[in-house]
Amino acid sequence: MASDILTAIFDEMGSGQGSIRPAYRKLSEWLAETPPNMLALRRDEAETFFRRTGITFAVYGEGGDPERIIPFDIIPRIIEAQEWKRISAGLVQRVRALNAFIADVYGKQEILKAGLIPENQVLMNATYRHEMQGVSVPRDIYTHIAGIDMVRVGPDEFYVLEDNCRTPSGVSYMLENREITMRLFPDLFSRYNVAPVDHYCDDLLYTLSSVAPRNCESEPTVALLTPGIYNSAYYEHSFLADQMGIELVEGPDLYVKDDIVYMRTTEGPRRVDVLYRRLDDEFIDPLVFNPESVLGVPGLMSAYRAGNINLANAVGSGIADDKATYVYVPEMIQFYLGEKPILRNVPTFQCNRPDEYKYVMENLHELVVKEVHGSGGYGMLIGPKSTRAERDEYALRVKAQPDQFIAQPTLALSTCPTFVDDGVAPRHVDLRPFVLAGSEIRVVPGGLTRVALREGSLVVNSSQGGGTKDTWVLNEK
Amino acid sequence: MLSRTADNLYWVARNMERIENLARIIRVADRLSLMPVVPAGDDSLGDEWQSAIIVSGSSEGFYAKYEEATPEAVISYIAFDPENPSSIRSCIETARRNARAIRTALTTEMWDCLNTTWLELPKWNESRVRGSGLHRFLDWVKDRALLFFGSTQATMLRRDSLYFAQLGTFIERGDNTARILDVKYHILLPEHAPVGSAVDYYQWSSILRAVSGFRSYYVLYKDGIKPWRVAEFLTIEEQMPRSLVNCMSRINENLLLLGDQYGQRHECHRTAGRLQSRLRFSRIDDIFRQGLHEFLTEYIEQNNQLGQEISKSYLLG
Repeated sequence: MASDILTAIFDEMGSGQGSIRPAYRKLSEWLAETPPNMLALRRDEAETFFRRTGITFAVYGEGGDPERIIPFDIIPRIIEAQEWKRISAGLVQRVRALNAFIADVYGKQEILKAGLIPENQVLMNATYRHEMQGVSVPRDIYTHIAGIDMVRVGPDEFYVLEDNCRTPSGVSYMLENREITMRLFPDLFSRYNVAPVDHYCDDLLYTLSSVAPRNCESEPTVALLTPGIYNSAYYEHSFLADQMGIELVEGPDLYVKDDIVYMRTTEGPRRVDVLYRRLDDEFIDPLVFNPESVLGVPGLMSAYRAGNINLANAVGSGIADDKATYVYVPEMIQFYLGEKPILRNVPTFQCNRPDEYKYVMENLHELVVKEVHGSGGYGMLIGPKSTRAERDEYALRVKAQPDQFIAQPTLALSTCPTFVDDGVAPRHVDLRPFVLAGSEIRVVPGGLTRVALREGSLVVNSSQGGGTKDTWVLNEK
Repeated sequence: MLSRTADNLYWVARNMERIENLARIIRVADRLSLMPVVPAGDDSLGDEWQSAIIVSGSSEGFYAKYEEATPEAVISYIAFDPENPSSIRSCIETARRNARAIRTALTTEMWDCLNTTWLELPKWNESRVRGSGLHRFLDWVKDRALLFFGSTQATMLRRDSLYFAQLGTFIERGDNTARILDVKYHILLPEHAPVGSAVDYYQWSSILRAVSGFRSYYVLYKDGIKPWRVAEFLTIEEQMPRSLVNCMSRINENLLLLGDQYGQRHECHRTAGRLQSRLRFSRIDDIFRQGLHEFLTEYIEQNNQLGQEISKSYLLG
């Protein structure tokens, strides 16, 4: 067990560790020469910009402001060209393997036959969609847009915490954060050679067009399907559709006739070839999945299975990002690609294995325990930060349904300088880069950095008081 | 474009046009209420706040809630009442909600205008508009509406999305001009002309102010206010931007542009063409012969009908 990842906290700037790391030198100088009230002023400007542009994110079940903005920390996080090269290669490798895995699950199931992953774990999984078994999708790609959550614990130590293969969100923050930093701090920006991210939307449209159905003869018509304005990520949906110049559609704008999907337009029906859907599987077609859904399109699955439309991401992609599947990603990389994994997984204990269950129960105070199907930082236990009573209560839940839980060592997430109430101080961060898979795999140099604004907190989720930062990947000199 | 998008654009523009009209209605009522009291027995002219409610088309909802049209009640209901779907507040909220659902069809400037308007809205309430605060509020509303109209004109591509927005603006504007005239039509009858009292003068000029045409009237006629000229000015004068004929011409123009872009025309094109030529070739004497009230009632009905035909051909039916 790698105990070194648990102890010393790595600060990416090098604060409090002797010397400032090279990538952060100019930033550190700039911070020293910029008075705090200037930073505060800029932060207020940034907030006004987000409000006026309407860049909001709803947080469920809290009441209060339904259109709240995620706090934006004005100090950028900086990643060296060499560091990024490795991350990027690792991401491409990982997403190739994840796609190969999903194609295999809904195809020949060789990885199950080889006994590398227990059959039950896949076929009995809530995210497995038997409706997709034997259906072929263009280029055998299932997760076209993947968001890979990573954490850093040391100079060269990046771990993948979680894969998001369904409808990962947050990319609009990557783009808007860059926009605002360039606007607020042109002087700082020009001291660095920062790799641009604004071609993301071009790459996204290129990716989506490259997976048009085989029978699509002309330039494919791509549309983005949103659950509507009450969805927490609605801003992002409209932003992306706008940047790509495609229609932002809601379920009732579409209908299916003879297994072909059409949009209702002012000039009559128009055929849709590729649908970038930001709607979960359960809601996309009331005839096949949740019959109560008014957000979806009746008949969509039938058109999809007939090969008349492609959906991104594919139905059933969730099988690859389940927390119980996560454990097997390194094996997948070996199995499908014959390569050694470039990015590491966090050691994970599966509570459905008797020996690991025992270890977890005995070491709750050191571990992070998560629900297999949970997301957004809800329902997890952070051992070192919990009380005795909380642990006892959580233990009862694990005991009742061991297969619903996994546990990981509490990682000492790296910190970055962050502008908080009492000045600039280190706060814990993670990173979500976005990977696009179509006729080729593309990774835009950057990602969404989430930051836990509360001192000492390890929870970066926006639903739990996290903020975001602009992420600068430096160009090679 | 998506029919839903076109429908939302149309309603965003209608709602933003409506708030400007509502602000004018309140301003005129407030102005007239400061004038000398109307002689007894002529109470139809007297209650400016009551006629503000009638012109704004919200009598039913208002009297279900209030017994009397006091200035406070009328301002509260027309400006801020969330239960009144046509209050300034509701219109701004609806416009912003519609806009949010079609952000990709709006230019950045239009969205910024709508969103900022919505963000600033909570700053205004009943207590903030007492006394001179009322005019600051009404100025704000007018500025926001004009900014929206201006940014629509200045920043949208010359294509269907702009045409749908303009259809919304001019259907709403024509309806409003007709309503204002209709409520005051009795003082515009030719036989009223010899009266010429100060009170009448304020009534006539109030109509002009309600449609932002007070100074334009003088520019055009170079003469004192004559009631039949006011009626002419607001119905068939093509130079007057809020006249019925001008609203109908703009509607027709935008429908023709849509027809050209899509290479197809519908029933609404025929209706709009017919209504426009009728207005263009009318004389004010003919209108008075038919009866101004009858003429206006007919216009309101036909304008409404036209809106439904447009909806059927392009929008959500």
